[in-house]
Amino acid sequence: MSAILPPPERIWWNLPVGKEEIVWIALSLTWCLIMFAMMPLWHFYGKQNLSNEAYRITASQFEARTKAMADQYEVRTESAMNIPVVHPPAIGDALPNGETSTGDVYMLGRLWQWWPMLELEKDKSYRLHLSSLDWQHGFSLQPININMQVLPDYEMVLTITPDTSGEFTIVCNEYCGINHHTMLGKIYVKE
Amino acid sequence: MSQYRICPDSGLYFDKSAESLMKVNAVAGAVALLVAGVLALLLGLTRWPSIHLLGAADFYMTLTAHGLNALIYWMIFFEIAILYFASSTLLKCRLAGPRWAWLGFALMIIGAVTTNVAIFQGNSSVMMTSYVPMQAAPHFYLGLILFAVGALIGCFVFLGTLVIAKQENTYVGSVPLVTFGAITACIIAVFTIASGAIILIPTFLWSIGLIGHIDSLMYRVIWWGMGHSSQQINVAAHVSVWYAVAAIAFGAKPMSEKVSRGAFLLYILFLQLACAHHILVDPGVSSSWKIFNTSYAMYLAVLASMIHGLTVPGSMEVAQRKKGYTNGLFEWLRKAPWGNPVFSGVFLSIIIFGFIGGITGVIMGTEQINLIIHNTYYVTGHFHSTVAVGTTLTFMALTFFLIPVLFRRQMIMPGLAKWQPYLFAGGMTILILFMLGAGTLGVPRRHWDMGFADAASMGIKFEFPGMAETMMALVGIGAVIAVLGGAIYLLITVGSLLFGKKLEPSAGLLQSFGVPLAASCYTSERPEPAKGPAADLEEHGSAGFEAPGTFVLAMLLLVSFVVYYFINWKYLASVWPLS
Repeated sequence: MSAILPPPERIWWNLPVGKEEIVWIALSLTWCLIMFAMMPLWHFYGKQNLSNEAYRITASQFEARTKAMADQYEVRTESAMNIPVVHPPAIGDALPNGETSTGDVYMLGRLWQWWPMLELEKDKSYRLHLSSLDWQHGFSLQPININMQVLPDYEMVLTITPDTSGEFTIVCNEYCGINHHTMLGKIYVKE
Repeated sequence: MSQYRICPDSGLYFDKSAESLMKVNAVAGAVALLVAGVLALLLGLTRWPSIHLLGAADFYMTLTAHGLNALIYWMIFFEIAILYFASSTLLKCRLAGPRWAWLGFALMIIGAVTTNVAIFQGNSSVMMTSYVPMQAAPHFYLGLILFAVGALIGCFVFLGTLVIAKQENTYVGSVPLVTFGAITACIIAVFTIASGAIILIPTFLWSIGLIGHIDSLMYRVIWWGMGHSSQQINVAAHVSVWYAVAAIAFGAKPMSEKVSRGAFLLYILFLQLACAHHILVDPGVSSSWKIFNTSYAMYLAVLASMIHGLTVPGSMEVAQRKKGYTNGLFEWLRKAPWGNPVFSGVFLSIIIFGFIGGITGVIMGTEQINLIIHNTYYVTGHFHSTVAVGTTLTFMALTFFLIPVLFRRQMIMPGLAKWQPYLFAGGMTILILFMLGAGTLGVPRRHWDMGFADAASMGIKFEFPGMAETMMALVGIGAVIAVLGGAIYLLITVGSLLFGKKLEPSAGLLQSFGVPLAASCYTSERPEPAKGPAADLEEHGSAGFEAPGTFVLAMLLLVSFVVYYFINWKYLASVWPLS
């Protein structure tokens, strides 16, 4: 009569199963199926989904694109490191040349900076490009608490629509060496 | 014929060579736990904002060492002892290739020491996960590889022992459920070690300059094939121990062999790509890959854990009811041996593993919800409930049983031992709940200074809400209490091995550390084969509920699960839209 001895009945797999076990398995399996269904359903009905858009990219390519954006749309610099704050156009904004903007904005992670800082407009959408120039970093937007992994050689592109205004901070939450705890970035969202 | 002894107290069979190997592996695990526990205290006191004990470099070094010693060395050493117990002892069989087993043990020791040396030399503070392209010293990886090879040898000794037991007919019928669970752990371990080899060998070659580049995403996917699967070894092992303790403490019989074994089988079939849980917010992996591989469309591994969550306490309830504790729903539980740390440790482990570890784990592993949890302190809270309470507390409880049976020493300070599981589980529960809370507020894991003082001095300021700081202080308090509980465990265990009353005259100091007992304790006559008692004539699985109290507890679990799951979706729905 024991889990540490061989089963007393040789043909144990034909023995009937108790009622509570059957009921519990049925309930649990149902719950498991509901939990599975929630994930695809959220892609159709939910508003918070990661895109599947990603590209291979080299650090120098990504740095060049980010720098080009920063140079074009810099509005001021902040901090002792003179990190530019850039105010790029959102998706659909009219550009000076008469075209509409694709809303591409770039932010890179490197030891130990998020660069540049972004100034965005509330309720407008942007295509945010994220990559790392060196080690792995963690993009953790606070106090909203959205967290994403940022990898070198991979460019992740996702559409974000800030629906609250104010000052937001990007904490690095993937350990990236001795000054990991100093790695902060900013996104400002204006009304 | 090999030599063995039958424990006069428990009736358990101990093969002479297997016995020594179980002892040395368990002792090596306890040493790793000691290291991990000391480091845990330093970490707890550093993340406690007003104490902030260690400097950044020491903190990250300590964190790397804590993770590996607690999560890998303590557990795998102890699990190798469990594999030998579940094969040789439960099947009454000699151990296959004891010399191979000693070689495996030696490699594990050399590997564990090598990696620890690498970490404490200071150039390998890469965290347990050692994500590329951050690079550790070559011997950091080499030590892990040697340890894994040693553990793999242990797995094959276990499998070989099963083959011998079958050939020599040392047991009648099917293997016991606990052995079946150990087989599950072993199969997962082989998969785990294979994944580890596939990623760590190239990474080692990269660290010595023979390979130019390791892709960061590939590393994460394959490393977690080892990293997550190794936690499934722990789950399969500690669930097996739960069944064993139900049998030992209550004489409990599995409610249904078919259901419990089926649940173990689901672990083998549906856990393997659990690495996907760690890649949910990574670029370059599609949503359909993430959704499918975290759930296999049905979450059958979760189902398996939910089944064990019912059947382990259920089997205890059935056994208690047979003893006459039949009043109401919970007399069986009220009258359980709460003063016996073997039982209380396991029961606390079941409750905390199920209610906290299980629920938080599934929620974190949901593709979109991971966005509000990934790499926050919530993750740390989750895995302390699964491995520090689920696995560690279970192994602690089992140790109290093994001290007299395996080591032939009486446990010292039994009064203190009664309190040990409550202290450890209590401290851990405080730690876990406030880690989860701090994580929900966005506090990152693996982070030296949530106050961001150095960043502020460079002109970028950020403060977490005051509540987060309070919670981090409470995490520190929980850590101190849990470390105290762990210290008492080690004090009682080591004290008993050194000074406990000898239950065999020859159970001396050397015998506590692997030397066999006096020759007269052993015999080489062929033992009676292991077999179950005569089949129970009373019908199993009657129309009524055999374990109504457990069923009510299980329903409470399910309701908590459903409510908390949807609370998390609600929270997710409040963050910025992303697509």
